[in-house]
Amino acid sequence: MTTTLETRDRLAPGAASSSLVEWHYSPSLEATDHFKLASRYNLFIGGEFVEPHSKRWFETINPATEETLAEIAEADNEDVDRAVREARRAYEKVWRKLAPSERAKYIFRIARLIQEKSRALAVVETMNGGKPIKESRDIDIPLSAAHFFYYAGWADKLEYAFPNRNVAPIGVAAQIIPWNFPLLMAAWKLAPALAAGNTIVLKPAETTPLTSLLLGEIIQEAGLPAGVVNIVTGGPQSGAAVAGHKDVDKIAFTGSTEVGKRIQRAVAGTKKKLTLELGGKAPNIIFEDAPLDQAIEGIINGIYFNQGHVCCAGSRLFVQESVVEPIIRKLRDRIGTLRVGNPLDKNTDVGAINSRAQLEKIQELVDSGVEEGAEMFQSSCSVPDRGFWFRPTFFTGVAQSSRIAQEEIFGPVRLKKRTTRPTGCRPASGLKKDRGF
Amino acid sequence: MPRLNVRKTYKLYIGGEFPRSESGRFYPVKNGKGGDLLANACRGSRKDLRNAIQAARKAFASWSDKTAYNRGQILYRIAEVCESRAAELADELRRQGVAAVDARKEINAVIDRWVYYAGWSDKYAQVVGSVNPVAGPYYNFTVPEPTGVVGVVAPEEPSLLGFVSRIAPAIVGGNTVVAIPSESRPFAAITLGEVFQTSDVPGGVVNIVSGLKSELVPWLASHMDVNAVDATGVASEALPALQKAAAENVKRIVRFDADGIGWDDTRLSQSPYAIYDFQEMKTVWHPMGM
Repeated sequence: MTTTLETRDRLAPGAASSSLVEWHYSPSLEATDHFKLASRYNLFIGGEFVEPHSKRWFETINPATEETLAEIAEADNEDVDRAVREARRAYEKVWRKLAPSERAKYIFRIARLIQEKSRALAVVETMNGGKPIKESRDIDIPLSAAHFFYYAGWADKLEYAFPNRNVAPIGVAAQIIPWNFPLLMAAWKLAPALAAGNTIVLKPAETTPLTSLLLGEIIQEAGLPAGVVNIVTGGPQSGAAVAGHKDVDKIAFTGSTEVGKRIQRAVAGTKKKLTLELGGKAPNIIFEDAPLDQAIEGIINGIYFNQGHVCCAGSRLFVQESVVEPIIRKLRDRIGTLRVGNPLDKNTDVGAINSRAQLEKIQELVDSGVEEGAEMFQSSCSVPDRGFWFRPTFFTGVAQSSRIAQEEIFGPVRLKKRTTRPTGCRPASGLKKDRGF
Repeated sequence: MPRLNVRKTYKLYIGGEFPRSESGRFYPVKNGKGGDLLANACRGSRKDLRNAIQAARKAFASWSDKTAYNRGQILYRIAEVCESRAAELADELRRQGVAAVDARKEINAVIDRWVYYAGWSDKYAQVVGSVNPVAGPYYNFTVPEPTGVVGVVAPEEPSLLGFVSRIAPAIVGGNTVVAIPSESRPFAAITLGEVFQTSDVPGGVVNIVSGLKSELVPWLASHMDVNAVDATGVASEALPALQKAAAENVKRIVRFDADGIGWDDTRLSQSPYAIYDFQEMKTVWHPMGM
């Protein structure tokens, strides 16, 4: 699989106005030939990759090129039912009975295998999700391994974390994860549940199933007892089947607030336990005595990291009146230096938007912002013709009631507000109360 | 004619290297009292001990500065290397009179103990540390910090599991160690030095000085640059003298009483409080919110 994206020459930072110095940019592409994806991935149920009952597969693409990467199985109710049965059997027969220190050793093995295969995982994560390779390589994959390491250690130590309580597993956990940090979210869900002695049916996001399935292969390679981890892929129907299955004891969901509410309603009246990790609209607050250049870096990381696909992205900015002008100027300059383009380029700062649907959602919200009278600033960078892209953007003059101030955009878009109050946290927390978060 | 095998010389392990005793002296290790000679071990001297303490002190800053995660990775690596060298370590125990099946069992327990303490690296601070509500405008918290150079006198039996059980909690907490292995059966512990040297453990983090405990322990106890002594392997009648000597620089003396406890008992012979034993609890009053 080769990706051919043009990376354009760029002006040096700060040279935009004078144009005296021009730097020619040579891309530094991460190799993709060291790893070959299968053409088709099936469901991971009962320790094996099995064809879906539905006999249906869908294509998963590279959002930076729109090229197809592989075919992914679509789980129907039968498949989910089978996965839950396998998880139940593994829980009753094997996993709950295993000495915690032995459970730990399986989880340590998963951590080590992620480290061993870190390069392939990073490349696949970037190709399937659109995030810059420097982020998948330096953040997503090492943190995933570290997460398994950390929870492996807890498996036989839980009585120290919860003294005088009978720490026991719950049973079968249904876990539904989002597309913004695919492998890392799988790690966050799997590692603690496994360490505590539960078995799992994991449902990766529709647009980013590949690293979860590679994790399935790793789990196989680590020799985990069959059925302890099951991975079912598919669209919203598959997710609903997992969340709604009557024989799961626990549901863990990370994703949109809207879907989270739906799950909470569905769980009402059952004995299922529930963990939700949903959206946000986090404010950054800048006072006049802040070191402004450092603050700018924090702002940039806060909203443009991972294309803004972060639940805790700093999507709102409150600035004390006296420093509004320099902050806006610096922000414009800094945004102009962000390198937007091929995610496999090691120097890319902002990669591709995860999917066409997400791009349309961002565009729709941004259009509403302009319509409602906010002033938009957008980086003038060019973006590739194919794939899903959105230039780093920020708004000023945003009314508190406008949609872009109220709804999560989940993209590289920030709103700036001014405040004259010395205690800027007041408008921030006040806004929070108006909102669904 | 059968091939003549090459015998291994058992040396000290100091600062990541394997020197002989500077004294040139040795003591014979026999297979039980009056048994056959197995091999000669270095009879470590006061100067060897001093070199080991200096190496441990030198290694302390960077070892205690490593992230907890990193130390955990290194301890886990020790477990991995012990697993791959399990047969060799079991052989060392066997030739010192441990039955084959018991030797293998002891090695398994050794490996699991490394894994257990590797897991604690980034967790014990959460168990023994605290955030303390105080009656004033302060954010008050207590965190554990490693005490420094720890002298470990390992028990005579089990010679490897006892050695590992007392060293692992000291180093996972960021301390560096000068260890005196079992006097009667030192070989497995000395060979473990080769494991340390090939497991990403920086030189000087663990130093192993074999010899006669009656000579070495008083020097260890009175040394001014040793912060704590684990006296698990010190006979109870020798303890008062050691405690008295330790008072000179107010050393912390820790002694795990293994009487009646199986060293492979995972409920009783391993614990985060073994890590805590070699930590200083530091409390911080951070002014806030006037």
